[in-house]
Amino acid sequence: MSAFMQAITDGILGGSVYALMAAGLTLIFGVMDIINIAQGILVVLAAYLSYALSVHLHLDPLLGLAITVPMMFALGTFIQWAFIGRLRGRERTAMSLLASYGVAILIEGILYQIFSGTPVSLQPYAWYSTATIHVFGFYLADIYLIGFGLAAVALAAIYLMLYRTKFGRSIRAIVQDRTAARLIGIDVNRVAALTFGIGVAVTALGGAVFGLTNTFNPDSGYDLISRLLSIIIVGGMGSIGGAAAAALFMVTSEELVNLWRPQWATAVYYVAIVIVLVVRPRGAFGRREARAQ
Amino acid sequence: MTGDATLAPLSVWTIAGRIGWPASNLLLVAALVAFPLVFTNPAVTTDAIDILIFVAMAAAWNTFSGYTGYISLGHMVFFGCGAYFTAIATLDWGLTGSGVFWLLPLAGLLGGVIAIPFGLVALRVRRHTFVVITIAVVFIFQQMAYNFGVTHGSSGINTPVFNFDPATYNNPFYYVGLVIAVATVAASWVIRRSRYGLQLRAIRDDEDRARGLGVQAMRVKIGALAFSAIPLGAVGGLYWLTTYTIQPPYAFNPLWDLTIALMAFLGGLGTVWGPVLGAVLVEGAQLYFFPQTGGSYLYYLVYGGLFLFVILGMPRGLIPTAAELIEKVQARLSREPPLAAAVSDGEIDAEIAGGTPAAVRAGESA
Repeated sequence: MSAFMQAITDGILGGSVYALMAAGLTLIFGVMDIINIAQGILVVLAAYLSYALSVHLHLDPLLGLAITVPMMFALGTFIQWAFIGRLRGRERTAMSLLASYGVAILIEGILYQIFSGTPVSLQPYAWYSTATIHVFGFYLADIYLIGFGLAAVALAAIYLMLYRTKFGRSIRAIVQDRTAARLIGIDVNRVAALTFGIGVAVTALGGAVFGLTNTFNPDSGYDLISRLLSIIIVGGMGSIGGAAAAALFMVTSEELVNLWRPQWATAVYYVAIVIVLVVRPRGAFGRREARAQ
Repeated sequence: MTGDATLAPLSVWTIAGRIGWPASNLLLVAALVAFPLVFTNPAVTTDAIDILIFVAMAAAWNTFSGYTGYISLGHMVFFGCGAYFTAIATLDWGLTGSGVFWLLPLAGLLGGVIAIPFGLVALRVRRHTFVVITIAVVFIFQQMAYNFGVTHGSSGINTPVFNFDPATYNNPFYYVGLVIAVATVAASWVIRRSRYGLQLRAIRDDEDRARGLGVQAMRVKIGALAFSAIPLGAVGGLYWLTTYTIQPPYAFNPLWDLTIALMAFLGGLGTVWGPVLGAVLVEGAQLYFFPQTGGSYLYYLVYGGLFLFVILGMPRGLIPTAAELIEKVQARLSREPPLAAAVSDGEIDAEIAGGTPAAVRAGESA
């Protein structure tokens, strides 16, 4: 029973970080109608950036966020400007998916060249990565609590930006109707580039927490992206709330299955996709039109 | 290709094409049959088998993804299932000679059968959601291959040495690969020229309109997916027979899914010869350069870079781009305005519905 409750707590705390990474992915989808397959490897890239800062500058991975978040934001706008934004024509959406896959492989190759395939971790570089506190009979890892806090703050910031700022209003206008948004004077390309930047910047946070809780190598991107894609499909593509709910639900389910049959834990994601597609193809909180085109 | 040419007035090019094209195809096949008799070095024939496997995969993938526009990054599912089926059946039944080749049609059939539930789930959604689902299915199968006892988990299944003449050991595998590759390309050509091929391309251009015109979209799409899965299953089996082992990450390899898509895009998506050309170029380059880079991860950079270059710079692929160039040169030579390229959407719809393009266009604007 206590193992059961522990799994649920771990699932919710760990799931919050996936919620943040998936929110970036689903935000990009909503605005640009493309899926950024590179999101997984970008998380790994961010983790390696934190790693490099820790090793060479002895910077704490969380303080390093002050550097990695702007770097990932800049990289996101660059990817949008250099590759995604240049695609034109009828096949734009399928092409953009393949282009982002191309970017992912390019980044994977660069990471292999620089860091080789040997798994590393950020754990030795932060004192809090292995500490736990004891609350109400649960052992909570400090890093999970920190990750939960960071993810909650970042998600709240994204929410406020979307619903309380003029920029957020133009994002929502584009999500509703791209052509109409352009007609009322919204610079769609500029908003798209900034949104891509924001969607990628959250991987800096995700990467730091991921690196503090896991060992990783350049190959880890595949595992991450397949989880994130399942999360946004189950949550309903384009819905940030749906992505957050799906992330918490699925990471918790994974932790629970892990108690019972560890080797099948990651199968939770794929089973959830198949069930959702058969029962409700638009996803738990998805808009109908996101699928119907 | 010839279907498009009939729209153009007879020129020297089309006449030469009508006589020269079948003749050059026959010559090509004859040359491929003679190839292992001339180049007896096993290193060369091993590479040739590899290229044939990729030609068959890219051409088969194109008959589904190229013609319907549903970009599948999940065809390795059929490949991996074919490989594991062949491996398990060979060892269980103790096959040691040419009997193993009878397993390959069964492996292909298995691929086709698996494609039906795959399609029933994945083809409920379109465009990028479809692509994402297909990626996820590859990971499901990889996971199952790791966890089921029959696939021997991560240690995989080793390939035995078969009792063929060691001097020409590769030849039986080469000829089987050649048969699969030629049959796949021929089938792709037949489909492209058929009414069925028109239905597939109508779905690519506008699925809702195609359905409105009486195309039974779901049935047609699943048929195409199942058909394209057959060669994948068969070459999966052939791959296991010619390599030394099969393991989950190589049987269900997401990078190979991208590789066959890249081949088709590079040569020309939706054309008959584009994927063939793309497969020969990409796999040939890989086989040539990979040993020289010492097996490092440089090829990730090459793949990623090439992929971005093709998609951004030449999204229609080599063959359509070259055809456009030739048309421009011809038009300049004859000082006539260039003809409209290929068949437009309206004409495909019209051919299916039996109406005229003008009527369809009028109906659309009404």
